[in-house]
This record gives sequence, C-alpha cells and structure tokens, in this order.
Amino acid sequence: MDYASILQLLDSTIRLSTPLLLACLAGLWSERAGIFDIGLEGKMLAAAMASATVASLTAAAPGWSLFGIELTWAKSLLSPVIWGLIAGILASVIFALIHGVASITFRGNQLISGFALNFIAAGLTVLVAQRVFGQGGRTPQLAGDARFPPLTLPLSDEIREIPGIGPLWYEVISGHAILVYVAFAIVPLTWWLMYRTRYGLRLRAVGENPAAVDTAGISVIRLRYSALIITGILCGIAGAYMSTALQAGFGRDMTAGRGYIALAALIFAKWRPVAALWSCLLFGFFQALALRPDIVTAVVQFRVPGPILDSLPYILTVLVLAGFIGKATPPRAGGEPYTKER
Amino acid sequence: MQPLPKWADLVLVPLISLALAFFVAALVILAIGESPWFALKTMVQGSLMTASGWGHTLYYTTSFIFTGLAVSVAFHAGLFNIGGEGQAQLGGLGVALACLYIPWPHWSLALLGATIAAAAFGAAWVAIPAWLQAKRGSHIVITTIMFNYIAASVLMFMLVDVLRPIGQQDPSSARFPAEVLIPRLNQIPGLDLLFPRTVPANITLFLALTAAVLVWLLLWHSRTGYHIRAFGKSPGAARYAGISATRITMIALLISGALAGMMSVNNVLGDAQRLLGNSAAGAGFIGIAVALMGRNHPVGVILAAFLFGFIFQGGSELGFMTAIPIEMRVVIQGLVILFTGALDMMVRMGLERVFPRAANPAKPTTAGAA
Amino acid sequence: MTTDVTGRKAGGPGGINPPASFAHAAAPTPAAPTPAAPVPAAIELRGISKSFGPVRANEDISFFVPKGTIHGIIGENGAGKSTLMSILYGFYRADQGEIVIHGRPAALPDSQAAIRAGIGMVFQHFKLVQNFTVLENIILGAEDGPRLARSLARARKTLADLSREYELEVDPDALVEDLSVGHQQRVEILKALYRDADILILDEPTGVLTPAEADHLFRILRGLRDQGKTILLITHKLREIMEVTDNVSVMRRGRLIDTVATAKTSPAALAELMVGRKVLLNVGKSPATPGETVLSVENLSLSDEQKVERLRSVSLTLRRGEILGIAGVAGNGQSELLSILGGMTRPGEKVSGHVTMGGQPLPITGKAANGKARREAGIAHVPEDRHHHGLILDFTAWENVALGYDDDPRYGRGMLLDNGALREDAARKMQTWDVRPPIHTLAAKNFSGGNQQKIVLAREIEQDPTVLLIGQPTRGVDIGAIEFIHKQIVALRDQGKAILLVSVELDEIMSLSDRIAVMFDGRIMDILDPAQTDEAAIGSLMAGIHPAEGRPAGETPPATSGEA
Repeated sequence: MDYASILQLLDSTIRLSTPLLLACLAGLWSERAGIFDIGLEGKMLAAAMASATVASLTAAAPGWSLFGIELTWAKSLLSPVIWGLIAGILASVIFALIHGVASITFRGNQLISGFALNFIAAGLTVLVAQRVFGQGGRTPQLAGDARFPPLTLPLSDEIREIPGIGPLWYEVISGHAILVYVAFAIVPLTWWLMYRTRYGLRLRAVGENPAAVDTAGISVIRLRYSALIITGILCGIAGAYMSTALQAGFGRDMTAGRGYIALAALIFAKWRPVAALWSCLLFGFFQALALRPDIVTAVVQFRVPGPILDSLPYILTVLVLAGFIGKATPPRAGGEPYTKER
Repeated sequence: MQPLPKWADLVLVPLISLALAFFVAALVILAIGESPWFALKTMVQGSLMTASGWGHTLYYTTSFIFTGLAVSVAFHAGLFNIGGEGQAQLGGLGVALACLYIPWPHWSLALLGATIAAAAFGAAWVAIPAWLQAKRGSHIVITTIMFNYIAASVLMFMLVDVLRPIGQQDPSSARFPAEVLIPRLNQIPGLDLLFPRTVPANITLFLALTAAVLVWLLLWHSRTGYHIRAFGKSPGAARYAGISATRITMIALLISGALAGMMSVNNVLGDAQRLLGNSAAGAGFIGIAVALMGRNHPVGVILAAFLFGFIFQGGSELGFMTAIPIEMRVVIQGLVILFTGALDMMVRMGLERVFPRAANPAKPTTAGAA
Repeated sequence: MTTDVTGRKAGGPGGINPPASFAHAAAPTPAAPTPAAPVPAAIELRGISKSFGPVRANEDISFFVPKGTIHGIIGENGAGKSTLMSILYGFYRADQGEIVIHGRPAALPDSQAAIRAGIGMVFQHFKLVQNFTVLENIILGAEDGPRLARSLARARKTLADLSREYELEVDPDALVEDLSVGHQQRVEILKALYRDADILILDEPTGVLTPAEADHLFRILRGLRDQGKTILLITHKLREIMEVTDNVSVMRRGRLIDTVATAKTSPAALAELMVGRKVLLNVGKSPATPGETVLSVENLSLSDEQKVERLRSVSLTLRRGEILGIAGVAGNGQSELLSILGGMTRPGEKVSGHVTMGGQPLPITGKAANGKARREAGIAHVPEDRHHHGLILDFTAWENVALGYDDDPRYGRGMLLDNGALREDAARKMQTWDVRPPIHTLAAKNFSGGNQQKIVLAREIEQDPTVLLIGQPTRGVDIGAIEFIHKQIVALRDQGKAILLVSVELDEIMSLSDRIAVMFDGRIMDILDPAQTDEAAIGSLMAGIHPAEGRPAGETPPATSGEA
C-alpha cells in the first residue's frame, strides 16, 4: 500500500468520523446528565433533512417571504447553508425536547422514548421531504452556497511539496468543511466545560446522584433539560454536516445507523470527551476501510468481506460492554428518572 | 398517590395512549396537506374491507404476534430485548438453511423443521447478549442493538457470498423446493372460500396463536413462568427464594429469541419462499410497540398485533392510493411506542385527576388471575 | 403545648456564646427576638399542617427552638418527623402554618431558600456524589463563580479552618466512595457549615454509625452548639436524646405531643409519650429447655465484591427449643450471617468456613448454596428486608405465599403450578395469622407493614422448619402486631424449633433471647446469658469494647480519630 492510499484512507477517516464525533459528544452530554439517549440517530436524521430542505429552498428561491412578510434581506444576511444549519439544529433540539418531556417531566422510560423518536424521525423526514420536493422523499442535489465548501488551510500550497508532512497537511488535515474543524474543536471545549466549570460540575453530579444536586438547591430538571438542548445542538450540527457537507442533499435513512455507532463509541470511550475523539476516529477508520476493500485485501492478503468490516465497531463495543477491554461504568443515575423522595 | 383501578390501568391507559398517537398522526397528515379522514378510510378499505386486504393484515399480524410475544417474555423477566430484529433475521437464515439443505418429504415436516431451525437460530443469536447480561452485567439493550447490526452484516455476507445462486444478481437465496412450501390461507380447505385469490397470510398464523397460548401457560401457570415474573418484579426476592438469576435471564431471553426467530417461518417460508435481504422488515422493532400496547399479556399482544397489522397494511395502501408516503406507518408506529411506552405516565397522571380520590382504597381485584 | 419551653431558659449554651469567634461565618446574627420569648428563637413553627392525599402527615405542629441549643425531635417511624424536616428544608410546602426563622417569617419554597435562611440538612441517606472528591462535593451548588478553580481554592482554605475548629477532619482530595460512613457524614456536616448554616438539622444521624462514631458525632454537635449554632436532632433513639439534647419534642401520628426540657424528663416518660401508652418491654415466656444442637457454624467469613471483610471467622451453635439473639449496630455482619445461612449470597461475595445442620455439612458456596436448597434442608428465613427480599410487592398475597416454595410438589404437578391450590393455601394461612384484610387477591404492597410481615411469617413458619432465621421481625410494624409476632416466636421456640433472631432493637433482643451473641465489625464479641447481663454491658460489646479490657477490639474504623 502506497503513501497516497494511506492519505486517502486517513482523509476519509476524518470525513466519516466527524458525524460520529458530533453525535458521540451529543450523547456524552445527555448521558453524563443521567439521561440515556438512543435517539441520536433520529435527531441526526431530522437535522439532515431540515438542513438540506432549508438550504435548498433558500438557495433556489429568488426572494424570501414568510406569511407575506418580505424576508429577502435575511437571505442576504447569511448564506443558505447557514440557514440550513440553523434549521437542522432547531429540528434536532425539538426532538431533544420531546425526549426531555417524556423522560424528565413525565419520568417515562428513556430507552423507549429515544427508540420511538428514531422511528418518528425516520418516517417524518421522508414525509416532509416528499411533501416539499415530491422527489420520493429526497431533497434535490445541493450545489454552490447550499453546501459547506471545503476550507483550504493556510500554508497548504506552500508546504505541499515537502515530502511526508506536506501531503499529509494538504490531503488529510486541510480541505474539509468548516464543520469538521468545529467538531474537533468541540472536544476540548466539552472537556473544559465538563471538568473546569461550575456548570460541568453540576451536570456530572446530576448524572451521578441527582439527590445531591437537588438538596443543594439546584434544579435537577433545568440541568437535565439544558444538557438535552446541548445534545440537540450537537446532533443538529452532525445532521447538517451529513446532508450539506459530507453529501449533497438528504436521502431517506441517510444516517444509516451512525447514531448507534456513536453510542457504541461513547461506551467505548467510557463517557469521556477525549477518549470519545479517539474512539470515533477508530470507528470512522473502520468505515473508511469498508469503503476501500481493495486496500484491506492488499494488506491482509485475502479478501475480507465488506460486511465484516462494517460490523467491527459493533463487535468491539460488545467486547467493551463485556468487560474484556476495560470496564465501562456508565453514570450511576443514568436511565433513572429522578423522583424526590419523601 | 391513589393508584388507578386495575381495569383503568389495563384498558383505559393503552386506549387513551393509542388515541393520542392517532391524534398526532392525524395532525401530521393534515400538516402535509392531506385529509386524515380520507387516509383512515383508505386504510380501513385497503386492510379490512377486501379478502386480499385481510390476507395481508393477517400476514403482518402473524409476524407481529411472534415478535410481540418475544418482547413480552423478556419484559416479564425485567429485560428489554430490543434485538428482535436481528434474532428474526437469523431465524430467517435458519429457515432458509433448513429448507434448502434438508430434503423434506412433506410440507408439514418442513414446517416443523423450519420452525425448530428458526427458533434455534433466533435463540442462538440472543445467547451471547443473554450470557453477557447474566454473567457480566452488560446492558442487554445496548448489546442487542449491536447484535442487530452484526446480524445485518452476517445476513448480507451469507446472501452475497454463500447462499446466492451462481449467476444471480440480487442478494437472495435460491427458491425453496416445492415440497416444503406451506399452505397459504387460500390453499386451506374451508378458508379458500374466504380467500379466493393468493394471499400472503399462511398457516403460520395458527402457529402464532398456539405460541400465544403456550406463552400464557408458561407465564401464569408454570413454575418457570413464576420464576421469570418473580425475577422481573424483584431480583432481590428471587435471590431470597433461591431462583437463579443467571438461569432465569438465560431462559427468558432464549425463549424471547426463539419466538422472534419463529416469525421468519411466516415471511421466509410462508410468503417469500426464499431468503431475501432485510427479511424481517422491521417486524422485530414493531414487536416492541405490540408488547407495550398489549401490556405484555398474550391476549393483549394478539390484539395489538392485529392493530399493527392493520396499520401496516393500511399504511402500504396509503402509499399506493394517496399522496401520503408509505413511511406514514413508521411515524404511526413511533408515535404509538412513544405514547404507550414513554408517555404513559402523562396519561396516568391525567386519569388520576379524573378518577375520584376517595374511591375505595383496597378493593378486591382479579389481579394476576389471568 | 409549647409554652413550657418558651418561658424557660434553655439549659444548654449558658454563658459561652461567642458567635464572633468563627472567621468564616458571614450570616447576620439576628437582633430582634420574638416578643413572646426572652431567649431569641432560631426556629419557631406555628400550626404547621401537611397532608399527602388522605394521609395527614403533620397536623398543627408548633414549637420553638431557642438559639444555641440542641433540640431533639423524637417519635416512632411514621410519626411525621421526616415530613416536618422536609418542610423546614423547603422540600415540601406546608398546607398551613408559619415558619419563623430568627424572628422573621420565612417562606421556604425550595431548598435554595432554606439554605439562604441559614438552614443546613444532614440527611439519613447522604446526598453525596460518590465519584467526586470531598472538596467537589462541598462546593456543589455553592460555587463562587462559573469557573471551578477559584471555588475549589477558597473551599480548601475554609475547609481547613472548619476542620480544625469542629473536630471534623477529612481529606479534601479523597473520593467520597473511599470514605467510611462516619467520614461521609462529616462531609455532609461540612457541606452545611460551608454554606454558613447556623441551623443544622440531622435526620437519624446515628443509624449507620458505630457507638464510638456516634459519640464523636455528639462531641461535634456539642462543639457546634457552643459556637452558637442551633441543632435539630431527629431520632427514634431515646439514648441519644438523653445524652445530647437540651430540649425535646415528642411526635406521635403526625402530631406534636409535647416539648420538654431534657433534664426534666426520663427515658420512660418519653417512651410513653412516643407510643401513647406504657410499653411492654417484657414478653411473658418460660425459661428455655434447649435440646440437641441442630445448626453449627464454624469460622464463617465473608468478603464482599469490594473485597471488604464483612464477616470474620464467626462460630456459633444453635439448639432446638432456644432463641439465639444476635445483637449489634446495623452493618456489623449480622446481615451477612443471615445471608449465608439463608443461601442468599451474591456471586461476587467470597465465603469460607463450615456449617453443619443435623450433622450434615451445609454447602455455603456454589450453586447448591441457594434459598431453595436451604428450605429443603429445613431452614426457613424471614428476611430483614421484606420489601426487597421477603415479598414481591407487585405480586398478590397468594402468589407471595409460593415465594421460595414454588417448586413444592403440593403447589402443582411437574412443570405446572396449581394456582387453585395456592390460593386455597394462602386463604387458609391468612385466616390463621389474622392478616387484614383477609383478601388473598390483593397485591402485597397494599397491606400494612405488620400485615405484610405476617404474610412472610405465615409462609415461613407454616412450612414447619427445623431452623428459623428471623431478621428484624418488627421493623416498621405497628405496636399491636409486635406483641403478636413476639408471642408467635416464643411459641415456636416452645415447639422445639431452633431460632436465630437478628435485631438492631436491643430491647427486642433482651426480651426474646435465651442467649445473646453480640456482633461487632464482623466478629462475635461474646455470647451472653440475658439473665446475667444488662444493656450497658451489651452496649459496650456492641461498640467493640470488652468490659474486662476496656479498650476497642481489633483494627477499628476511623471513628476514634478525634479522641487522641
């Protein structure tokens, strides 16, 4: 295998890791606050659809109006893809809030709620896309300012010719959509918020022992809702990335289980932000490998069926859960609705 | 807090939840510019007003009874088996292997063999998550989700690389030999009067109903069932009573996996007559909605399975006859799970306001007499 | 009712009342005393009532706590003490009545308001985050700003001052999960003090402590009082009230019966106020006529999942026709002893030793050591925790009658259960044992504590066991049922059964047992004849002190750290 193939592989690893990482961090916020969320998938899907739809509509429309009010100025204020991002985040946050109502306010089963929302998202996205565009539940191909353009980092052209580091910088590090860099920047940000701020301290406490937070006079409900909103925002970015950066438009079920892989990555990372980065890169690498069976065959000298590569993240996660690769201890209050005791 | 009367909890809560789910579904249909009333009429027309409609509705019902029972049995042991989908797919693999590689002399033996194979493969697929739950405390929900994806990969591998006949393009197995094909409802003497044309519903329907009776016997009239329910309600009391947690976790989940696997007799042997990709088609997941709606009781499961059979057949009718995409049924399914499984407290809290608090505190009921 | 205290000068603080001496306290000292009282009141309650649905948890409660005193609130379980404290801490809002803190009427809509009013609460079940450090637990909710570094630095300094001042030493960087129970309690007290609480409420603080740890706690409380803090101590233990409080209020069935100065009352008088009539502490029973040894335990040890030794080389014998009582503070190995004998050990627990029953070895490890095998061997078990072990609360009474005996041939054939036979059997047992209401289709959770216990006792005793293990037979059981249950236990002994009785209620042990084994720190300290001992002797054994030697036994928990 040559250096160019390796670079290609790493390049797609970064592309494919980004939605996993965003969704994984999203899951980290809610699970650290004691709310299990297997609805990451649905939130990403909803956001992907909303982003692509709004970006497409804004880009295509000559002017803009809502309920008869002229809004063309808004269109010139931000580019369509940003409006798409905003719409994606909103859609995802709405789903997160429904999860909150079910699991925080009405103390319902968090697993079932997240699971149900995945179904609702899977159906609803197709319904809306079909209603708006009439193209069988897809959005039209996005182009131009309806997509996030690749960003060329400084020095890319200058150091390109330097052997080794030059192509690495040019091929792998540079040239991604801005959301990729945003995703990677959110890792240290999450770490800092979690471990170095008052909000993080309270949030971690509420996932471990909500009664401690409650008796300290802090609202458990408000903290948990706030965590879910962060989850919603991050899933929203992940979905927007899927449909307006990684791909050019929304297609039915386009997240294809990434929400569950992110969940797996979260467990693999034992609910820690920096470890989440590594596990998402690893799982992204597996996905990149599955796209290039030729490379795998070249390395191991026999044909590895694609499905086996596809299932590697899941198998690894099961091994982690089984305690064969370290022990994963979830937040103690995870999954349990909080009820004040008498 | 004054508890609700038992009958209200058992009947009223799911019915109101269902009504709320349908109400929201109606709003969704309105929002995409269609008429909910017309949609409902189309659904009823397409699923319950024609022989062919019934043939499809009962076909789906059969699958959902199996997966609903699967989820229920695990629920009674306090375990949430979310992996019915993967177990059903593996069950399908079992059916295919049994039908393709064993020369059955008669369909009745083939049905028996396929059922055993389906149950064994389904149970085998849950065995690892079950063992990890019992012995190492790995959360069954997460492991079974993972196993659903692994199952999809295994099936894809088997269909593409092993079972696909040479020269065939699409990833599916060869057709099963004619000797193993089990009768559809339109091929059964007597029932053929009701179903003049070929329908997907087949003799497996009766297998599903038998399974429901057996599950009822198991849960409320057998010692093992007592152990399962005791463990599900109170692991501590089960330990006190000398009921082995490992044993009951394994038994309950293996039965659950076997039931999920058995649904493949219906779709793989009974209808498709070969193994296709994604053979379970989401029925494993619908089992969760069915179990929640049916309150984990076989009678409830049968009724809820029929309801979802109606939604499924009616939903595909919507896709054909109206501008509403077939995905509407996925939305309805999600809404039913949300309202019956996660927002049930909301309904209950509402009802508790309606029911007078002073109502007799300790009235004899028919609890557990099922 | 409250007048007998309000007019009197409290005996506690005396002349020493130097609030200025603690550097950290920023809380304003109240200036205006209530006109009615010459001593300034820290807390005054006026006509507090609170109902939960049809249950009146608190009814017209009024009392007055002078500043700088330790005020006890005593009452049986369910007397309404905890509800009252929850109201004071802003967890519940009273339906009626008024709370006056330092002379000002205070609305306490939430815990934050209570904290602002200077109230700190130490709950019976600690509200600590297990995997946080002591320091992180202390600042949680009382941080100085959005960033943690500054809060932690300030807390570290304040904590050092507080520790020195009140004998509250604890390592600020230790993880709470690594601390002993006594130290965790100190963290709770420090949490309150860090928030400048000058009124401290402690709910059943000694339930989980060894006697030595409890003594240390009382020293801390006296120290706090002498610094001008006001302390409310909620307990159902008379000894604590007598030892540490200045005044005491007695609650019964949601009402405040009386408030008196501790110095002017006696344990007997308080006990009578608590239960509303003279307590029968002695059960009429004839001397035991023990027969042959049926159960013999040798060098029994148990280590839990965290490899902590809970039971250390325990040996004892149990004979027919006797009641062997196990006395001890909760958590000193009694539960583990019952758990091994009852076949309830968890997979992660390591057990060693020998147990024989009727000369036959009884397996204590592996699959054969389970509850069913024990029952087949003739050991019945009334577990300590009937809600989590003895009953399945969601099951009906008749289903519960099969618990543990579900494989019995009488209850079915082969793999099937005979539900009809079970119902009949349950109905008959409920009749004999006077379970009310006698409806076997009712779920277990709908019976009162005493009736639930009767269902368990009926099930276990009517199996005609050779050995009966009984844990906490009257916990949460009303007085009337207690007498009934005690009589049944003695009658069983007289039928020649061997009975092992575990109870944390010393009175119960004293009045029922024919021999008393005292446990401390997983060991049996001594086995005594109740006729030749008294509560004081047993009490010091429970604290790990041999009267003869007068020093603590073994490598004892860190409770003694403040005594040097």
